[in-house]
Amino acid sequence: MSIFRFFSKQTSAPTARERLQVLLAHERASVGHSDLVAKLREEILAVIAKHVQVDGDKVTVKMDRGENVSTLEVDIEIPLNAVRAA
Amino acid sequence: MAKVIVVTSGKGGVGKTTSTAALGAALAQRNEKTVVVDFDVGLRNLDLVMGAERRVVYDLVNVIQGDAKLPQALIRDKRLDTLFLLPASQTRDKDSLTPEGVEKVMAELKKHFDWIICDSPAGIERGATLAMRHADIAVIVTNPEVSSVRDSDRIIGLLDAKTERAERGERVEKHLLLTRYDQARAERGDMLKVDDVLEILSIPLVGIVPESTDVLKASNLGAPVTLADSKSAPALAYLDAARRIAGETVPMTIPGEKRGFLGKLFGRRAA
Repeated sequence: MSIFRFFSKQTSAPTARERLQVLLAHERASVGHSDLVAKLREEILAVIAKHVQVDGDKVTVKMDRGENVSTLEVDIEIPLNAVRAA
Repeated sequence: MAKVIVVTSGKGGVGKTTSTAALGAALAQRNEKTVVVDFDVGLRNLDLVMGAERRVVYDLVNVIQGDAKLPQALIRDKRLDTLFLLPASQTRDKDSLTPEGVEKVMAELKKHFDWIICDSPAGIERGATLAMRHADIAVIVTNPEVSSVRDSDRIIGLLDAKTERAERGERVEKHLLLTRYDQARAERGDMLKVDDVLEILSIPLVGIVPESTDVLKASNLGAPVTLADSKSAPALAYLDAARRIAGETVPMTIPGEKRGFLGKLFGRRAA
């Protein structure tokens, strides 16, 4: 522990409290039915797979569950020759 | 009228078995006939904490499968003649607990006891859901730590959905038992405070058990904390919690809070 910590009074309990509040707000909302963000992720990937042949390694999905707003970021590398024949 | 209590938490290692033994002994000391039932099939430990490990002959699974009658499987405590243990099986697997079997055993226990305390295994699988199935009262054991609080929240959800009471449209009476609490660390801001946990889980508090070496001492000796040393801080906390469960109004304190001279000078309000 440094002397700076003593002065800045940075404690860990408030962080724990905030993290729990956000997490539990999401978990409580998703009890019984599946998590909306996770569902969107699955369906978006399914739609893309229908049209484009995608390499699993080339898909990056990021989710951030926030207090009021969550974000879902799907990043897919699509090679030129990957378009599936309709 | 018999009351069924489940001691549960979701997370392992937070003090379910310790709390079951301590509360069981505390209720039995009120001269009310009490049985503690171990639902942790395959990993039983309540027998060890109660100091009855060498006297186990039959267990819950034997009773369910009809190999033994209930009175044969019940072990009377050597210190308190109102306290009994129904051990779990150590050799069978979890699937040997059936909903019908558990229901039959609970119905029979209700005829003979004032308090039936079910020690739930960790997790949310069969053993845990069967332990809570018939509960009138749930004691949710929680440490002031993020993963324990999260798992408690999940268990509270299950208590509101998967119990007999919930299915009848009634509520299970839920109580938070905060264990391994360290007042000094909470004051320093390095541990969730009582109020933080209460606000997050929003269920009433039934007791605050301080972190204490007396808990390990008691389990070393094979005695419930409340019997090993009834004046120790955790024992006082459990004795008060048992009175609250029995319906008494007892002011909430954090027992054994030892303050030095400086602590008194800079003392703050109790949480």
